[in-house]
Amino acid sequence: MRFRRLLPYLLLIIGSVIMLFPFIWMVSTSLKAPLDIFNLSIIPENPTLANYIKILEESMFIKWFMNSIIVALITTISVLFFDTLVGYIIAKFSFVGRTVIFILILSTLMVPTEMLIIPWYMMSSEFGWTDTYWGVLFPGLMTGFGVFLMRQFMEQIPDDLLNAARVDGMNEYAIFFKIAVPQVWPAISALGIFTFLSNWNAFLWPLIVIESPSLRTLPVGLSFFSSGEAESQWHLIMTGATISVIPLILVFILLQRHIIKGITLTGMK
Amino acid sequence: MEQFKSPQNQNNKTNLAKKKKTSLLHKFRGNLKYQKYLFVYTCLLLPIIFYLGIRILPTLFTFNVGFRDWNLLSTDIQPFVGIENYVTLFQDEIFIKSIFNTLIYIILGVSGQLLFGIIVALLLHKINRFVGFFRVIYFIPYVTSIVAISWVFQWILMGNGIINDVLVNLGFPAQPFLNSPDQAIYVIIAAMIWQSIGFQMVLFLAGLENIPEMLYEAADIDGATGWQKFWHVTVPLLNPTIVFSAVIGTITFIQVSFTQVINMSMDGSGGPLNSTLSVVVYIYQLAFKQFDMGLASAATVILFLFILALTIFQMKVLTKKFDY
Repeated sequence: MRFRRLLPYLLLIIGSVIMLFPFIWMVSTSLKAPLDIFNLSIIPENPTLANYIKILEESMFIKWFMNSIIVALITTISVLFFDTLVGYIIAKFSFVGRTVIFILILSTLMVPTEMLIIPWYMMSSEFGWTDTYWGVLFPGLMTGFGVFLMRQFMEQIPDDLLNAARVDGMNEYAIFFKIAVPQVWPAISALGIFTFLSNWNAFLWPLIVIESPSLRTLPVGLSFFSSGEAESQWHLIMTGATISVIPLILVFILLQRHIIKGITLTGMK
Repeated sequence: MEQFKSPQNQNNKTNLAKKKKTSLLHKFRGNLKYQKYLFVYTCLLLPIIFYLGIRILPTLFTFNVGFRDWNLLSTDIQPFVGIENYVTLFQDEIFIKSIFNTLIYIILGVSGQLLFGIIVALLLHKINRFVGFFRVIYFIPYVTSIVAISWVFQWILMGNGIINDVLVNLGFPAQPFLNSPDQAIYVIIAAMIWQSIGFQMVLFLAGLENIPEMLYEAADIDGATGWQKFWHVTVPLLNPTIVFSAVIGTITFIQVSFTQVINMSMDGSGGPLNSTLSVVVYIYQLAFKQFDMGLASAATVILFLFILALTIFQMKVLTKKFDY
């Protein structure tokens, strides 16, 4: 009986080891000197920060990190603003063309991004957008998924609440920001987290549209670094991987309650 | 329920307010309507331009390019060639191989993440302590960069890496893993599953918490075994979650397969011997290594139809009506 109660804990602990081991080994390798990396000890015998110093001095990780933050932040802010606004308008106003616009936006959900990279690339080279921040950013500024999600939540806001504000003389912008947005705040934060994560990890499009090394985002930079300048120097590759992974894990642990709640919320819609 | 009460009060209040302000309202009605329309169309202007210019028209453009002989290196003319690109693709062994690989990625990968997601969620549902702690640990891989993780797996699994060291020390032969055309694709799938367990776990945990305890008690009275309860109560009630997870899992897998294959396969492009090549990687090679936009566009159209068919199939097969 006692064993039966402890069994789930035992299995979960084994699973946790599998989940965490790659990260532990990554950090461990990054703290080892080049000669020690094939040594099996998990705790480095002569821990050194030399790899970190070398990477931060000789390659552009800090630059790539900043690029990723800029791209992910601007995209997230734009998605949150436009998707929430469009979702609100489609849910709460009747006007000529509403159904057409909604179907138009929903239909974009069916088209995988992979299908759009070729025309996007041609557009970018035509307009001179390749190798700029705008080039990386523009495809993600609004999302069909976000509009759909926000519409679902906005529909639950009672019309009377909005009309009361109108009678009180509030203008439409104020009603949107001060009445509608606070009502769906949990959904907005969930959408924000998803958007940030997927843009932070985006690989295919930034890989295509960016040519100069100094404009690379972190995933693209790390990929070129690992297969190029640091080829087979696993202590350096693992240091680069640690630099790109640890900050996000820390932010996640800080915000984990919100993130998990957010996924649950969007998953249930 | 509570949510609905407050608007009711609000409603009463506005009704009172309305009676007092009827004449005022009359004056403002025209103005209000004008203001509403102005608001709606100004706000929709940019989104309409965006969705038309960056989503809809490019999609149609891709269909168009797919019917043309369009090479970026010879820019002058792009003659219409009908379905020639499609014929070429279906005669191309590598393309067929990449479709086949993508199917393996999806079938094994998605069912694997559903299975492990459910198992972890069930285990977490059983315990009372440290639930939050375990949830964080299982979720960590999901928030980390796929590129970074791919390189970590390459390092762990390489010929003289730690896993092989442990295998040899335990008396097993060393495995080639990513170097072997037979094993590489399964190693990549395992890494994909490892990364997405946490996401599926959260969804299933929420699904499990929505199942009323009452149903299990009723099953207990009927003398159901644990296994029977799982198949006849848990699985049917989790059905909507399973469909949602499968559809989302498939779509993300198709994208992730690119990042993971580029960063995990030995030659960085679907090797060894194209054994890990996915459709998206092949499209990338056609478009951005060979600059054959016509062929690449035709391939994305096939990918689009493939995903569409798969999604419809999943919705049809997985969604079942259960009677109680």
